[in-house]
Amino acid sequence: MKKFYPLITLAVLLVLPLLGFSTYVMHIFILLLMWATIGMSWNLLSGYCGQVSFGHAAFFGIGAYTAGILYSKAGASPWLGLPLSVFVVGVFAFIIGLIVLRLRGPFFALATLASGEVFRVSAENMDWLTNGTLGIMLQKRLWVSKEPYYYIILAIAVATFLLMKYLISSKLGYFFVAIREDQDAADSLGINTTLYKTIALVVSGMITGVAGAFYMNYMGYIDPHIVFALHDVSIITIMIVMVGGVATQWGPFVGAVIMVMLQEAVRSIGSLGALHQAIFGLLLIFIIIFLPNGIVGDFGKIKRFFGLGRVRA
Amino acid sequence: MSLLQVKDVSKFFGGLAAVSGVSFEVQENEILGIIGPNGAGKTTLFNVINGFYKPSKGDIILNGKSIAGRKPHEICKAGMARTFQIVRPLRRLSVFDNVLASAFLRAKNKADAENIAVEVLKFTDLYEDRETLSKGLPLGKRKRLEIARALATRPKLLLLDESFAGLNPAELDKSIEIIRNIKKSGITVMIIEHHMKVIMSISDRIVVLTYGQKIAEGTPDEIRHNQQVIEAYLGEA
Repeated sequence: MKKFYPLITLAVLLVLPLLGFSTYVMHIFILLLMWATIGMSWNLLSGYCGQVSFGHAAFFGIGAYTAGILYSKAGASPWLGLPLSVFVVGVFAFIIGLIVLRLRGPFFALATLASGEVFRVSAENMDWLTNGTLGIMLQKRLWVSKEPYYYIILAIAVATFLLMKYLISSKLGYFFVAIREDQDAADSLGINTTLYKTIALVVSGMITGVAGAFYMNYMGYIDPHIVFALHDVSIITIMIVMVGGVATQWGPFVGAVIMVMLQEAVRSIGSLGALHQAIFGLLLIFIIIFLPNGIVGDFGKIKRFFGLGRVRA
Repeated sequence: MSLLQVKDVSKFFGGLAAVSGVSFEVQENEILGIIGPNGAGKTTLFNVINGFYKPSKGDIILNGKSIAGRKPHEICKAGMARTFQIVRPLRRLSVFDNVLASAFLRAKNKADAENIAVEVLKFTDLYEDRETLSKGLPLGKRKRLEIARALATRPKLLLLDESFAGLNPAELDKSIEIIRNIKKSGITVMIIEHHMKVIMSISDRIVVLTYGQKIAEGTPDEIRHNQQVIEAYLGEA
């Protein structure tokens, strides 16, 4: 039965738009799949390879701006930004990696955080390229209806899921986990840690970059504060995977469902104002204390709490 | 030709000479013991040989090629594997996956790596525990897991850093048997050990370090009767 879960999930996702949901609900589904994709990419670098990134906004933003600049400066279709962002973000991720991958643990995390901010400030000030804080707006989005966007992001999410599944069960996956558990031991066992950390970072960045390029096409407007946002991109990405389950295949999906819904719910209560960020903070603390492996990783624990399932000796 | 040549190797930490001017050779298919009091520089010497530290002076030659200053993973590829004194298993992985991760180094594909892992686990008598998470293993088995992981990289030379410390008598016998079998399978072994009975019985030759310097080298019998070694380390009988 368990073997069919991915197929059942895929079937449900494929027929969802045919059920006649409102455009608002479709919008939520699209965001959900986009965040799941970003979550999966973060999970590869930080969950499996253990290099906790606080700067995935850098890759998201570069991807979005690749599509945006292609449109505003070259007059090309921003959709070309999807394939192009793979390349552009790959190059940037490699360069960022040369610097940040020399650092370990909290220092790596801080360096990635800084790199995200560097790109935000750069994008704000390089008016000639990025239009600065005015941002880039598409005159006209390709489609008015949500369905085409939904199927495109679904294809990206499924492709990412399959890629992750393949990578994690391959030699690379084992090397990533070995590096996460003990970098020195991995090194002495013949694993070129610098090389494999770079691969994890570049692949992770590329996927987030594609999601960013998709965002440009879908939303039709970007500015540095949106796509290079520390809280609304980098931190949310971390929370999605933490809540869903670090280093699990389904964690990013579960986390994206919860986080996107929660965000929408909290936002709809106007009187909360900035307090909604505090709610996220409390949620994160709760998860770290009670479910350190996330909902997917600690599912057994949750079942036991509600008196379900067998107690394992 | 000797498998490993350590030529006048020194390692300084600031003004402290942790290893100074040490030279010796490891012959193919022997077990070389390294003994010495705490702080004599045994583990530092291992760290220099295996590439964690660059030697401040001197050269290290494996199989005719200099490996001084190379990275640990390159040295491992060249045919040298090591274990750690303080065991460092990949804690959240099963015993099998621990060994599998290092088996990939030489394997052509996953099936090949799995074969290597099964073979090594049977060799080190850990096959029954393959599903256990490595952080749940008792110390004796964790020490053996270290050896298994190192063996999975198919080394010519195996460096063992106190693989016997803290073992109970039954585990001790098992480990001694495994190391004898490793030698039989054609792998050269270099071993740091404090357990005198063990090191005297399994080593073909022994090198003695004190204060970072080599004070003696010879067969276990020669070492046992060497006056300098008795004064520095073994003590009067």
